[in-house]
Amino acid sequence: MAAVTATGVRREFGGREVLRGLGLSLGDGEFVALLGRSGTGKSTLLRIFGGLDAEYDGEVLVPERRAVVFQEPRLIPWQRVLPNVSLGLPPRASGGRDGLRRLSLDALAEVGLRDHARAWPVTLSGGEAQRVALARALVREPQLMLLDEPFGALDAITRSRMHVLLQELCARHQPAVLLVTHDVDEAIGLADRVLVLAGGVITFAAPVIVDRPRDPGDPAFIALRSRLLTELGVPAGGRGASEATGATGPPGATGPPEGKPHL
Amino acid sequence: MADITINALKASLPVRAPVTLVRPSVARRRPGRIRIPRLARRVIGPVLVIVMWQALCDAHVFTAFELASPLAVIDAGRQLWAEGALQSAMLISLERVAAGLAIGVVAGVVLAAVTGLFWLGEDLMDPVIQAARAVPILGLLPLVIIWLGVGETPKVFLVALAVTFPVYLNTHAGIRGVDMKLVEAGQTFGLRHWGLVRKVILPGALPGFLVGLRFALVGCWAIIVVAEEINAQSGLGYLIMQAQTTNRTDIMCLCLAIYAILGIVADGIVRLLERYLLVWRRGFKGA
Repeated sequence: MAAVTATGVRREFGGREVLRGLGLSLGDGEFVALLGRSGTGKSTLLRIFGGLDAEYDGEVLVPERRAVVFQEPRLIPWQRVLPNVSLGLPPRASGGRDGLRRLSLDALAEVGLRDHARAWPVTLSGGEAQRVALARALVREPQLMLLDEPFGALDAITRSRMHVLLQELCARHQPAVLLVTHDVDEAIGLADRVLVLAGGVITFAAPVIVDRPRDPGDPAFIALRSRLLTELGVPAGGRGASEATGATGPPGATGPPEGKPHL
Repeated sequence: MADITINALKASLPVRAPVTLVRPSVARRRPGRIRIPRLARRVIGPVLVIVMWQALCDAHVFTAFELASPLAVIDAGRQLWAEGALQSAMLISLERVAAGLAIGVVAGVVLAAVTGLFWLGEDLMDPVIQAARAVPILGLLPLVIIWLGVGETPKVFLVALAVTFPVYLNTHAGIRGVDMKLVEAGQTFGLRHWGLVRKVILPGALPGFLVGLRFALVGCWAIIVVAEEINAQSGLGYLIMQAQTTNRTDIMCLCLAIYAILGIVADGIVRLLERYLLVWRRGFKGA
C-alpha cells in the first residue's frame, strides 16, 4: 500500500519552473530522505504534500492524517506547551477534553518533555521546542510525516540526539516519513531510501542497504555518501566532512568509495 | 628541518615582555552605594517641578492672575470638593469618556477585523477609513452639533471617533503582522476559519491592539476637554471654561492636574493589562 503517489507534478513561481513533472511514491511506513541543493524545490514539494500549496499541476495523493515538522518549531507563542501539542485536534474525536489532554501528555512524555506541559514556548531551548513540534506531529498518529529540515537549526550534539529519538518514535508509530534535508549523513543514517531532487525531477534513487545501527565508517555508508555527493554535484576534491556531509561524519570518511554503490 | 627554521626565526625576534595580567572587568564594583528604589527615583522629577513652581509663585515671578501656586491649587480642590462640584464634574466626564471609549474600541476592533481578515473588506473600507482619519475631529464639531444637538450624544460620539482610529490602525497592523508561518502551522494541524482567527490571528494582534488602546486613552481626554469647553453645563472642561470667566487660574490648573492624573492612571491600567495578557512574551509564570 502506498502512502504517497505523485505523478507529473509541476509548479512554477513567476515563470520559473521549479518542479518539472516530478514523480514519486512512498510505501506505507517507509522512511524516505529527499536530498537536493538549495532552491531545487524540496520544500515546495513538501508544502504541496502538506496541503499548504494548491497551485500545482499534476496528480498528488496523500493520506488524510498527515503532520508537518518545519525547520523552525513554529509553536504558537501565546499558548503553553500542552495546548500547542493538541492544537487543532477536536476533543470529540479523542475522548473529550480529558482524553485529549491525556493523549497530548503521552506524546510529550514520548519526547521526554512531560514536565514542560505548562511552560511557555519562549522558555524552551531550540532542541526542546523542536521536540514539542515532534510531539505535536505524533499526537495525530499520522500516516505520513513530512519533515522539512527539522534538525537544520540545531547544534551537532542536539541533532544526533534528535536522530536517535526520531528513529525510536518511527519504530513505535510506523508512519511513512518524507525527510527533506541537505545533510547527506543524516539521510543515510535514517532513511530506508534516498532520493536526489535536481532540475525539478528525481534524478537519483537508491535504497539504503547499510546495517543498523548505521556507522558512518561502514564501507557501504561511505560508498553511498560518495555517490550521493556526486549526484549533488559536489566535486571529489572539495569534500570536507564537515562542509558537505554535516558534522556527523568522522574525519577519515572522505576517501574514495571502497564498496559498490547500492542502486 | 622545519623545526630548525622556526627556531632560527624565533631566535632572531626580539625578546618579548612578559604578559601582565589584569582583572577582566571594565566596570568597577562600587561597594557601599546606597540604592534608591526605582519608584522613589521616578517620583523625584515631578516633585522637583512642583517645588520649583511653588518657589516661583512665592517669589512673585507669577502673579495669582497669571498662574496659581500648587498650594492654591490644592486649596481650590479642597473647596470645590467640599461644595461637591469637583466630584460631579469628574464623574460626568468619566462617564462620557467611558461610554465613548467602549463604543470606539468595539468599532475599531470590528473594522480592523473586517479589513484585516478579508482583502475585499480592506479594499472597500480602508480608503474610506483613512480619509475619515485625515479629517480633524474638531473640524466636525459644527456638523456634529447640527446632527446630534448639544446633549450627551455629541460628546460621546466625538470621544468614540477619537478612539476608533488608533484602535483600528494598530489592531489592523497587528492582524496583518501575524507571522504567516504560524498561520500555516495552524492550518496544517487542522485549524480552520474561526479556529484560526481565535487561536492564532487575534491573539497575535493583541500587542498591536494594546498599543492602539494606549494612544486612544490619551486622545479621548484631549477630545472630551474641548467638547466640554464648547457646549456643556457639566464636566471638567466646563469647570475650566467657568474658571476662565472669573480668572481663577487655581481651578484651571486643578482641572489640568486631574486630567494628567487620570491619564496616568488609565495608562497604568493598560500596562497592567499588558502584563497579564502578554505573559507569554517573557514566559513569566502567573501574572
